Amino acid sequence: MSTRLNNLVDVTEDIAREHGLTDDEYKMIVGHLGRTPNMTELGVFSVMWSEHCSYKSSRKWLKKLPTEGPQVIQGPGENAGVIDIGDGDTAIFKMESHNHPSFIEPYQGAATGVGGIMRDVFTMGARPVANLNALRFGEPSHPKTRHLVAGVVSGIGGYGNCIGVPTVGGEVNFDASYNGNILVNAMCVGTARADKIFYAAATGIGSPVVYVGAKTGRDGIHGATMASAEFDDASQEKRPTVQVGDPFTEKLLLEACQELMASDAIIGIQDMGAAGLTSSSVEMADKGGVGIFIDLDKVPCRETAMSGYEMLLSESQERMLMVLKPGREAEAEKIFHRWGLDFAVIGELTDGHRMVVHHQGEEIADMPLTHLADGAPEYDRPHVATPKRPEFDASNVTHPAIADSLKSLMGNSEIASRRWIWEQYDSMVMGDTLVGPGGDAALVRVHGTQKALAMSTDVTPRYCFADPIEGGKQAVAEAYRNISATGATPLAITNCLNFGNPERPEIMGQFVGCLDGMGQACLALDFPVVSGNVSLYNETNGTGILPTPAIGGVGVIADYNNAIGSGFTQADAHVFVIGASHGALGCSLYQRHVLQDEAIVAPPAVDLQAERAHGEFVRATIAAGAVSAAHDVSDGGLLVALSEMAMRHGIGVSSQQQGDSAYWFGEDQGRYIVQVSADQLAGFTTAAQAAGVNVNEIGKTGGDELTIDATLTISIAELTRINQDWFPDLMSGKTA
Amino acid sequence: MKATINITLKSGVLDPQGKAIENALGQLNFSGVNSVRQGKLIEIDLSETDAAKAEASLTAMCEQLLANTVIENYDIQLDKSE
Repeated sequence: MSTRLNNLVDVTEDIAREHGLTDDEYKMIVGHLGRTPNMTELGVFSVMWSEHCSYKSSRKWLKKLPTEGPQVIQGPGENAGVIDIGDGDTAIFKMESHNHPSFIEPYQGAATGVGGIMRDVFTMGARPVANLNALRFGEPSHPKTRHLVAGVVSGIGGYGNCIGVPTVGGEVNFDASYNGNILVNAMCVGTARADKIFYAAATGIGSPVVYVGAKTGRDGIHGATMASAEFDDASQEKRPTVQVGDPFTEKLLLEACQELMASDAIIGIQDMGAAGLTSSSVEMADKGGVGIFIDLDKVPCRETAMSGYEMLLSESQERMLMVLKPGREAEAEKIFHRWGLDFAVIGELTDGHRMVVHHQGEEIADMPLTHLADGAPEYDRPHVATPKRPEFDASNVTHPAIADSLKSLMGNSEIASRRWIWEQYDSMVMGDTLVGPGGDAALVRVHGTQKALAMSTDVTPRYCFADPIEGGKQAVAEAYRNISATGATPLAITNCLNFGNPERPEIMGQFVGCLDGMGQACLALDFPVVSGNVSLYNETNGTGILPTPAIGGVGVIADYNNAIGSGFTQADAHVFVIGASHGALGCSLYQRHVLQDEAIVAPPAVDLQAERAHGEFVRATIAAGAVSAAHDVSDGGLLVALSEMAMRHGIGVSSQQQGDSAYWFGEDQGRYIVQVSADQLAGFTTAAQAAGVNVNEIGKTGGDELTIDATLTISIAELTRINQDWFPDLMSGKTA
Repeated sequence: MKATINITLKSGVLDPQGKAIENALGQLNFSGVNSVRQGKLIEIDLSETDAAKAEASLTAMCEQLLANTVIENYDIQLDKSE
């Protein structure tokens, strides 16, 4: 391919097609330029107009999401979202996909995903304080799954541990639809002072454009285009585009940026992520309404004889682009050299709103910025709504004994302990982690204050597949619940929207439906979207993944001493269920994995008013000290949630509640299980009555067994063993 | 039959370890080091005596385990002197 990567080759429609551009898009480019683009210009247009950079299929629908609220300082459109957490502090966060690179080279793909999302956060002035990861793999028995799990997990751990940012949470699902297209969604949360936030917009004609960080090589050329293409068997051949990350360089870059940010020398700053120098320079200049001139001879290169095309499209890691105030270059250069990083003035801002690039003394590109960024095509793709599914038919179902069902679920791929994964992550580095992996939401102290951030990633793809609208609502509602269960107030979300090929109307229908549901939930719960990422074309040989709109929620609690955990902490306390239990088995893990029933039926409905009321009630009773442990009820229903609360600290629970399998394993939404100590009982029930919230006492804590009268008795030790063994057994090959 | 396998990063793939060695050499005042790339060397003793079969077997080992062929090249040297 390298012979083609220069301007000596005349661009044809065939070459445009190879760059992933449709014939119509190519005609538009010719129209905008008033001439045939050269190879470099075609490369730049193709990445800027790729789905990954332009959001051309999704923009129309993303605009409908609620993005505002008094807590929002910066919504979508910047490197990351910014929310106000009080006292002049902010939380800055975003989630992003690195699906395709992680499938091709799991270690480096996942590692550079973590590195990339951290740069998005610290480019805004924040210090990263926590990482989370939402992962989706193929069936456990699929021959590639173990290799991919092992590589992705060690890649995440390798990068996060080396740079010294704790990995505090996330989620993992296994499903056959991800066999050929895993999902690796990395989320990073940082904190900054409200008066020290940096944006991408570049202003001031004549201001120097500065390149800092690592040198440029031929890494990942056309990564953004690859992320927007379906996999087929030939995609193995696209492998050389994989980037390699260097967390130690990123650590230097982080510290150098923080040091320069303490001054007022920076006008705008943007990390070089997908489509590298191209997208960072286009976005900075376009947001500032100016033009940009770049001289590629000034770009620090790792390899010799790189063409302009390659330099512009390289996705080498650990690089940033900045616009400085004129005259501040020497001061900035000194800082970056002290940290052992490259620093080069590679251009300047110009008037005229064009991007002009020189290489070896020649002009190799001259393009209007308007058409590269916001002027990219926007498609209103045809979409058909997912058909309404029938309700789960409980007649003719033979239910196994409840004890057997529970054991089967506790050792199931979706519920089994993820300890094998998070043991490989440093979740405590930086010294502010209060609750790490394994609870509902992670809690990380805002350094030097009494405040703590609560964060969680959530989505239930099987619900989204069966009913995108309810599934979209549920993903947001579950993040809200997980944060509320710690006592923290949910503030805002980021998202990572993973779907199949948007050119298929049924897939586009899933996307539209999920966003509809998410939007309704965000509005009803005052939980706006402040950042996000879309990953489409997650398909292999024409089969799409389950729709997976991963939600990353962030909340805050004013005093971390008032936060609570998800496990029982004392004997003889009362155990209540908040919210009504109707026994919704549709799309439940019980239906899929115990009954082995693959029928696509309606998932549990989400009552957003009840979600909000229950969340507010839980937070209020935690704040009042009435509730001393809380856990949301999700996958596997009540009995799984009870088991998880008991296993956390090895404190048992006994119940006189009589219920059938639907009662114990139904996945009705909007529910929590809470622990109320005897001396708080009266206050709790009075509060419930006053709030009009449905609470139902189901048992008492104590002992070392899970007991339900006349139904089952299982020791917590046995439950724990079943729950803990699955993952190590899988990874050592015992179960495969 | 003994074999030596050299595994190196493909040209153009970033080599953070090589870069660290390069920096360390500079800090120890070794001048004139233009660049460093590092890799690994694996020695294997096989009971196979047929060179062609040994090479086929070693190639399979490299493809499946020893090299990460996404980012690494491998080079097999057979010692046929025995």
